[in-house]
Order: sequence, then structure tokens, then C-alpha cells
Amino acid sequence: MADALKLTALGLVALIAAYAADQGNDIAFRVHGFIILLVAAGLFIWTLRGTDEPRPSVAMGDYMDGPVRAGVIATAFWGMAGLAVGTLIAFQLAFPALNFEWAQPFGNFGRLRPLHTSAVIFAFGGNALIASSIYIVQRTSRTRLFGGNLVWFVFWGYQLFIVLAATGYLLGATQSKEYAEPEWYVDIWLTIIWVAYLVVFLGTIINRRERHIYVANWFFLAFIITVAMLHVVNNLAVPVSIWGSKSVQLFAGVQDAMTQWWYGHNAVGFFLTAGFLGMMYYYVPKQANRPVYSYKLSIVHFWALIFLYIWAGPHHLHYTALPDWASTLGMVFSVILWMPSWAGMMNGLMTLNGAWDKIRTDPIIRFLVASLAFYGMATFEGPMMSIRAVNSLSHYTDWTVGHVHSGALGWNGMIIFAMIYFLTPRLWNRGAMYSTAAMNWHFWLAMIGIVLYAASMWVTGIMEGLMWREVDDQGFLVNSFADTVSAKFPMYVVRGLGGVLYLAGAGIMCWNMWMTIRGYARVNQPVSQMTPPAGETSAPAATPAE
Amino acid sequence: MGEPRKDDLTGRETMGHEFDGIEELNTPMPRWWLITFYLTVIWGIGYTIAFPAWPMISGATAGLLGYSTRGEVTQDIASHEAANANLVEDLNAVNLAAFDPQSDLHRYAVARGASVFRAQCSQCHGSGAAGAKGYPNLLDNDWLWGGSLEEVAHSVRHGIRNETDDDAHWSQMPAFGEIREATEIDTLVSFLPTLPDADWDSPGGALFADNCASCHGDAGLGDRSQGAPNLADAIWLYGGDPDSLTQTITYSRFGVMPAWGQRLTEVDVRAVSTYVHSLGGGE
Repeated sequence: MADALKLTALGLVALIAAYAADQGNDIAFRVHGFIILLVAAGLFIWTLRGTDEPRPSVAMGDYMDGPVRAGVIATAFWGMAGLAVGTLIAFQLAFPALNFEWAQPFGNFGRLRPLHTSAVIFAFGGNALIASSIYIVQRTSRTRLFGGNLVWFVFWGYQLFIVLAATGYLLGATQSKEYAEPEWYVDIWLTIIWVAYLVVFLGTIINRRERHIYVANWFFLAFIITVAMLHVVNNLAVPVSIWGSKSVQLFAGVQDAMTQWWYGHNAVGFFLTAGFLGMMYYYVPKQANRPVYSYKLSIVHFWALIFLYIWAGPHHLHYTALPDWASTLGMVFSVILWMPSWAGMMNGLMTLNGAWDKIRTDPIIRFLVASLAFYGMATFEGPMMSIRAVNSLSHYTDWTVGHVHSGALGWNGMIIFAMIYFLTPRLWNRGAMYSTAAMNWHFWLAMIGIVLYAASMWVTGIMEGLMWREVDDQGFLVNSFADTVSAKFPMYVVRGLGGVLYLAGAGIMCWNMWMTIRGYARVNQPVSQMTPPAGETSAPAATPAE
Repeated sequence: MGEPRKDDLTGRETMGHEFDGIEELNTPMPRWWLITFYLTVIWGIGYTIAFPAWPMISGATAGLLGYSTRGEVTQDIASHEAANANLVEDLNAVNLAAFDPQSDLHRYAVARGASVFRAQCSQCHGSGAAGAKGYPNLLDNDWLWGGSLEEVAHSVRHGIRNETDDDAHWSQMPAFGEIREATEIDTLVSFLPTLPDADWDSPGGALFADNCASCHGDAGLGDRSQGAPNLADAIWLYGGDPDSLTQTITYSRFGVMPAWGQRLTEVDVRAVSTYVHSLGGGE
């Protein structure tokens, strides 16, 4: 019966998708119709072939780690894709000829840029969050994931969302809202996935066999609920036709801008901060094998963070049509956010009290400490840049780009790498990662990459801000815009090189994952304990013949 | 749920919770952290009293300091305008035909004009005013519509071949691809680079005299009254290679410039014209 319903639904979806693939008003919609047709028809056949087959029984007592394994692989895959596109577009800015004629319009910077941001935030970061949250919530609640195979729907549905969003950008379907570019039907699909994710996560928490809810799960829950709210409100739109990708936004003008940056800033606040703090609160104490520094601090900074972040969005709109009062409030809430943000860093770093020596020997701890350090830097820089006077210099310059990337590459990227190194051996039952040396190489490549990226963007951002506002004694502009662009060229090359290093580190990680998952073993003994190969036994230095 | 125990390394009690082996310490919040947090909150309250902040039923609190971002910019612009008021008045009154390049007013006009140029003109003519394909170089003395200060000001004010200003310069070369054979155009293309010392008895010379001379002049030296470029000076707005010349003659060209008199103030039109005139080619 269930199979019959499933087959009917899949058949209907396949038919509608086939019609959309043939009759859609624009290329993106037709290609998306075709992709959905393939997925629905494939699932139809798969379900049909499985009808009346005996279902394998599942050991309900175990944790459900299949989706976590898939999530870890997806994280690494999309991470490589997102970082590679980022490196390409960094060089496109330095060398515009890389917007190859033959690749137009698909390979244009304007279409690749949202591909990069969405791939790293939602595909790389999002998969890391989903995989981590379902791994952590089971263990800290001591119960199997709620909802059976619903989590597989969440995982594959989310991958489909990523594919639809990414191909949409390349084919020119965008609603031109930063970090919320996908068009209406992709937004609806994500809403369905997200509600399913909430059901799985919340159901597991309700089923927990611990009296308390662990702090990591507070953060994950806040992340899931708030992202749902932000996503729905910011994407309110009316499609021009249900057979086309174009839609018209419900809000207009400054209301639209305010909604967009309420969304945009909280994508940072809840997706890239709250969710990732949830990861931090598990991996740091677990890897350091130390108790969390302060329970009280975690309560206070959780509520302070959740309450304050949601008001900080207007600092993206200083000196615009946004009324001054909204701009002031955005700035004030951003500055007050400084200490609650730092509390997260402190709770992470101080947990290492008594385990600091591990920073020399344990690459995972090193990734985590670097991640927290960048979190601290970015959450000091952020409130500072939200101050109106500072913002008048920094806004629209590369300083903003540098700020975002020190947070994204440093805080988010490094903790995701730590997560992958933590989870991979555990999920595939290997003793440890295949190569510790490769982890160290990855760490230093990533660190140098971030330093090159952030430093070059600080220099070029402040330079361009100063050049833009430079006026002579009589109040006349000194530089033209093109002057500032040409002055930035060397720093753009440095930034691109930083991207190459960071990407190379992630490539080494993928190789290391491959070797670990395939089960290759490698002896990782300290040099001092190695037995010398036969024939080279170190004899005491021969005493000279007498 | 276990009992709180003492953590040996830090001497703190745990909370008694344990999640997958993770315990939490009952450490009080660091004092400096709490004080800094309170200070930012107190500062925030004070700041929102001093500056426009709290939305009310009709409008928001204005703040004790009377600050507004718009007011700040307005004040900034007004102070510069007050300082420059006399110079602006003089520049609006000066006779451009007899503008003394050694005067202070001229220096002011050049500084002001350079600023206008960077914001409005550099997109097409380049930030160094050296032009690009289709956009004239303003540093040389090869003027299409005249290079005196008044003529430059006329071009800036009314623009070229636009639909918005009746006084815009206007002329159009025919697309000779519709009139002449491709072989004849080829002949002309090989003839043009030989100007000004061309063989006028050649087939190219005859074609030139029949088709081009009426606008570009018998010797190909151009005619500024109709914006017909000088063809004998080796300066080519759209390129002097055979392919570009074939394209130009076959399809013609139609360069447009907006009427800046409709977008800029009179003083800015005068200033930017003075600036362009001062770049080296002014007549």
C-alpha cells in the first residue's frame, strides 16, 4: 500500500517534471524539469523493483550513522567544488581574461560568484552541519535518530537542492538576493527539506535518554528553527508563471533591503555561527577529553547570542535609504554582541586547560584551536566594522571580503576539517586517519592560505576605502574608480595564491580520507621508536683499530 | 545523571551531567568578561539616547545630539560650497573665449573639472583621458568637433548624436556596404593608409574623390563642422587596420555622447570643459 502511494506520487512528479522540461518558459526551468524527471523516474523504477522484496531488518538499538557517512563525503566533495570555484573567480578578478569568451555566459564572474558562495556556505557548510548535528544529537541524547529513513530524505533532498541551486545560477535563474539567489520552486523544496530536518532533529531530542539537553543541541536547534524562519520570510515571492523560474519579490525598496540583510546577517549568525558552535561544543571537549570550561557561561552566551544576533542586520545598510534609527540599533546590537561571541571562543579554548600540550601532537586539536582563534578575531572585527564611522571606510571595499573569509576559511573551514578528521576514522571503524603527516601539511597550507587571503584583503580594502574618500582641499575627488581598481591588482594576485594553498590543503585531506576509508594502514610511529631496516642496525661507532 | 565530582586539574566541580563522556564544569563566568559585557550594554543604552534609535508610533526618537547621516553629508557639502561660492560665481560668469590659463580661477576650474571627469567621463574616455576604441583620446589635438574651449564646452553640454538635446552635434556617414561593391571597399581600404601623399590617379583616389571627399575633404583632412575625422593623420578612432577600416566603411559608425548640460550644473560643465581643454590638445 505504501509502495503504491509512493509510486503514484513519484509517477505524478515525473509527469509534471517532463511537462516542465518540455514546456518551461526559460532554460533554467527546463533543465531543472529534466533533472527532477530523472530523479523521480529513477526513484520510481527503484521503488518498483523493490516492491514485495523483504525489507532488511534494522538494529534499532544502534546509532544511525549511514547518513553521517554520506554527509562527511558530501562535505568533502562540495568543499572541493566550492573552493575551486572560489579560487577561479579570485583569479578572474585579477585577470579578467579568465572570463573566457567561449564560456559565456555560464563562466562569467557574475554567475560563478553565487555558485561559489552557495557551494561553500550551504553545500560545504550545510552538509557539515547536517552530518555533525545528526551524529552528535544521537550520542548526546543516547538514542537512535528519530524518523527512520526520513533522514535519508533530508540528505538526498538537500543534495538535490544544491544541484538545482547551482545549475540555476549557471543558467541565469536568480532572484538577485545575496545568499538567497535560488528561485521560488527551489526555495519551496528547501523549505520541505528543512521541516523534515527539524522533525528528525527535534524528534531525536524528545526521545532522548538524558535528563538534560546538551549545549551543542541547543545551538543546533536554534540554527534549524531560525534558518527556517529567515528562509521563508526573505523568499516571499510571487512566481510570474508556474512554468517559469522568474518570480517577483513581495517586498520592495528599503523594506526589501532590510529583509534581505536581516536574512543575510543571520545566515552568518545562525548558519555559520550558532550551528558551528554546536559542532565546537562537541568536538573540542571530545577531542581534548576535558570537561567543558563553564556550564554557566554556555547558558548565558547562548541566550545572549540568540537574542542579540537577530537585530544586527541593519549594519549592512549604514548610509543608505535605511532610516538612521534602524542603522543605530543595528550597530548597537552588533557591538553588544562582541562579548557573547567571545564567550563561545573562551568556552572552547579554556576547555583545553590541562590539555594544551596536545596542540603539539594532535593535528585535530590544532585545527580546532586555529578555528576558535579565527572565530575570536572575526567576532571582534565584525562589531568594530559595524560602527558607523568605521563602516563608512570599510563598506563596499575588500575589507568586508577579507573579514568574511577570515571567518569562513578560519572559523568554519578549520572546524569542518577537524570534524572530517574526527569522524572519518570513527565512522568507518579505522584506528586513525591514514596519514598524520598529511594532516599537518593540510593545516599549514590552510593557515598560510588564510593569512595570504586575509592580509591582502585588509591591505587592499583599507587602501581602496581611503582612495575612494580622498578629496583635495577644495572638496574635489582625487581618484577615479578605475584608479582604485588598478591599484588593487597585486593584492588580488596574492589573494588568489592564498586560495590555491587553501584548496591544495583540502585536496590533501580528500586523499587522506580516501586512503583511510579504503582501509589502507600505515605505520605512524614516532621516529625514535622505529626499528631500523635490516642491515642498517645501528652499531656503536667502531672504535679505531689499535 | 551522575553526582558532581571534582575535576583534579582545575579544582572545579562538574555539573554532574555527562553526555557521551562530555562533562561540564561549574566555573563561574569570568569577571572581566561579565564587566565588559555590562559595559557594552550600558554604552548601548547611552548611545541610543544620544543618537536616533528607538522607533515610536509616529517616527523614531531623534537622539539628544540631533545627529543624522543625511544632515552630516549636507553640512559637509554646504561647508565646501560656502568656501567655493565666490569661485563658482566667477566661473559661471567668465567668458570662456578669453579664459586666462594663468589665473587662479582657471586653476580652480581645472581642479574641479578633474573631479567631475573622474566621476562622469572616465568610464568611456579612461581615467587618464587617453580614450579607447570608439571613445576619442582627449589628450591629443585631433578634435572631431573643434578644440577651442567654447567648442569643447558645446560638445560637453549638448553631447553627440543623442536624442535628448536638439543642439547635439549630429552627422552620419552612410553605410557604404549598401552603395558600393566589396571590391571597391577593399580598394579604398588599401588607399586610405597612403594619405596624405596618396596617388590621386589610382582607382582608390578616384573612389575617394567620388564617395568620401564631400565630407572628409579633397585631401582627406576632415571637416570639423560635420564631425568628419581627419583621415590623413594616422589617428583612427575605430582602428586603422584593414579589418577595422572595412568594417567602418561597410557598416558606418555612430558614436554617441550624452548631453551633460542636462545632468551636470553649469559650473561643472564649464569646469570639466576647462579641464579637458587643459589636457594638452586645447586650441
